[in-house]
Amino acid sequence: METKQIKLIDDSRVIIEALARAGADVYIGYPITPANLLYFYASQRFKYMLPAPDEISTMQYMSGMALTGHLPVTATSFPGLALMVESINMAYMMELPMVIVLSQRLGPATGTATGGAQGDILLLNGIISGGHPLPVFCPADILDCWILSAKALEFAYNCRTPVVILTSKERTMTSRSFDISTLPEIKPIEKKFTINPNKEYLPYEYTENLVPPFLPITQNTHQVRITASTHDQKGIIQHTSPEAMQNTIRLEKKIRTHIKNFVYFEHKKNNSNILVISYGISANAAQEAMRISNNKFDLLIVKTLLPVVNEIYEIIDNYTTIIVAEDNINAQYAKILFGDRLLPKVKTVGAIGKMLSPDDILKTLNNDK
Amino acid sequence: MTNKVLNTTELPFCPGCGHHLIAKNTAKAIEELNYNILDIIFVTDIGCHGIIDKTLNTHTVHGLHGRSVALGAGISMGLHNNQKKKVIVFLGDGGATIGLQHILEAARLNVDMTVIVHNNFLYGMTGGQLSGLTPKGFNTIISLNGNPFEPHDIIKLVNSAGANYCSRILGIGDFSATIKKALSTKGFSLIEVMEICPSYGVKYNPKKKLQEIVESAGFKLVEYTNNREPFSFSHYETVTNLFDKVKTIIPTTYNTTLNEQIQIVLSGSAGEGIQSAASILCRAAMLQGYNVTQKGTYPVTVGVGFSNAEVNISPYEIFYHGLYHPKYLIVTSIDGLEFSKNTIKNLPESSTLLIDDSLELPETKAKVIKISARKKGEKNAILVGLIYFSKLFNVVSIENLLKILKEDVKTFEKLPVDDVIKEIEKIKE
Repeated sequence: METKQIKLIDDSRVIIEALARAGADVYIGYPITPANLLYFYASQRFKYMLPAPDEISTMQYMSGMALTGHLPVTATSFPGLALMVESINMAYMMELPMVIVLSQRLGPATGTATGGAQGDILLLNGIISGGHPLPVFCPADILDCWILSAKALEFAYNCRTPVVILTSKERTMTSRSFDISTLPEIKPIEKKFTINPNKEYLPYEYTENLVPPFLPITQNTHQVRITASTHDQKGIIQHTSPEAMQNTIRLEKKIRTHIKNFVYFEHKKNNSNILVISYGISANAAQEAMRISNNKFDLLIVKTLLPVVNEIYEIIDNYTTIIVAEDNINAQYAKILFGDRLLPKVKTVGAIGKMLSPDDILKTLNNDK
Repeated sequence: MTNKVLNTTELPFCPGCGHHLIAKNTAKAIEELNYNILDIIFVTDIGCHGIIDKTLNTHTVHGLHGRSVALGAGISMGLHNNQKKKVIVFLGDGGATIGLQHILEAARLNVDMTVIVHNNFLYGMTGGQLSGLTPKGFNTIISLNGNPFEPHDIIKLVNSAGANYCSRILGIGDFSATIKKALSTKGFSLIEVMEICPSYGVKYNPKKKLQEIVESAGFKLVEYTNNREPFSFSHYETVTNLFDKVKTIIPTTYNTTLNEQIQIVLSGSAGEGIQSAASILCRAAMLQGYNVTQKGTYPVTVGVGFSNAEVNISPYEIFYHGLYHPKYLIVTSIDGLEFSKNTIKNLPESSTLLIDDSLELPETKAKVIKISARKKGEKNAILVGLIYFSKLFNVVSIENLLKILKEDVKTFEKLPVDDVIKEIEKIKE
């Protein structure tokens, strides 16, 4: 029997350790509350670690490192993310693997640095110009932090794309007792840079899996052309040539196709016709509400948050009442799921300046009855 | 494989543009230095110069406006000082303006790369607006009576930031020797090539010669060097497992009397060990097999004002760690009292407030126990509070609390544990 190893740890430690074990080898960052613990742990864990002068530089250094075959990681909060937006688009267009851990805090603007929130989901949903999906994974407990961090890196590597791990102050800065012996083994990504030696290498040529084979610019046998501008398969800048447009369309298809292999959620069934949907820290309140109410509702904890996968809608379709619970006042994920004009069967519950509580959810549940 | 940098003699620039000469001189310098063409990584910025990419046989990377130097720096970092490789960044005066900090940072870090600034005194791609490197008095579409602003002297800036080589030259004739000097530099090098945009520069500054403009603006054709170590990643002392840095708690007793999740709040002042005390309490509870959470709240200035810690202890898995009504609230300072005023006011009768006897008692329905904590020293106050809590309510046994205290608190011997326990015994009586 495995010996228990119970420790007092926070999600930040678990995320960084998981990313390092999965094969991330560079951390570049700029300190910002509430992502400081991630930065601190990374400084202890990563062989290559660099304090950047700002978040734009962070993303640019990461992109440069990714071009040489490294798998970089950073962590930030909204003000840092805001600076990163254009560079995230660049990495997305260049098709560079990297992971951005976003620890949400209370906004707008600098807001309250040490106040928790889930207020950046709408921003993430539209962060890529053109509306292309950026993959977002959202852990709700320590086991999730472990598994989803490794999966986020795997997705980033497999699909050559930036990926976000979405969390919040209330999880990254809260310690809890946890038996780490229960964490499954994480196998590091085996980086392979292979191409057909009998064919000219085109950096954006793709086959049916929609992911062009990556060659680092450290090698000197094949020319690599990388660009953030609209381009053809050779990586040559184009205006709107058919080949270039096909390439841009492929970026969307690539994520939507591969996310199907990275679908994570937890569906707790109690034979109720009411489904509470939640994610991250507010899912914890929903879990407690379920315990307090003696399982009066079913619960769906969404972990592959964006793009929304079909499995979520398939579950939703089975319920007559939906309650979306999240730590914001404008039902951000509910709007992503259902649009601005919510269906009559959809209720929302949120909070601002405090954690969404189990009571808040139960009140909404009881009002509906 | 070709040893030619350019795959054509027909470059995509306007007739008369200095960008032709920069591309050709750079190609000549690379070829004369006998680089393997695919050991060269060209990073280009946004601007007319950026369309050079398609004419290059090297690796090419084309990024965002102004960010090319940071992107190139990242590439160079990833090459880990491979001396066979060279990162060359082309950018314009506009890119240098928007990305000035990236240039200074790359110079400060002395990243091994060569930056060539195409300073044609304006933004050529957007209609000829002035940049931060446009000479004072130079006419542009938005400054028809001359640029009223002093430009940056980018050569002085990068030199003072620590670049190992920098030089300002006129973009006339064969200047490949200067580019060879830059490419041969280990560390950061930058060349500012002065030119006039033939489309917008000549149009608004007819009959003006390049040299005349440069001289009248006070720019000197200079060359500076430093002799600093190029960038390499500092070898921080890293660990192979972050979990090893956290002590494992092996539960020793399971005499748990608790049958529900309870919350204990510690409220005091910054610098008085509130967060550490919360961690001690958590681990003492873990010794008894309980699940715990610990959350801290404090102002951004962590060394002054209140410090508050919320601890949950439960025999079950803890889902929600937010604050309802704490079962126990330990207040050891006026800062803590001020911060917890509302919480105290709303405490139900079932809660207990342990408050230092120096503090004025606020209005509350909770049961109140005055504790003699601060008299044992400001740094000891919260630890004394924990001993009170343990002895009076036995949620965590005093044995487990003392075990963790001994492990954690360097000055444990100075903590008047016996005196405190005697005081508590008196209260109990």
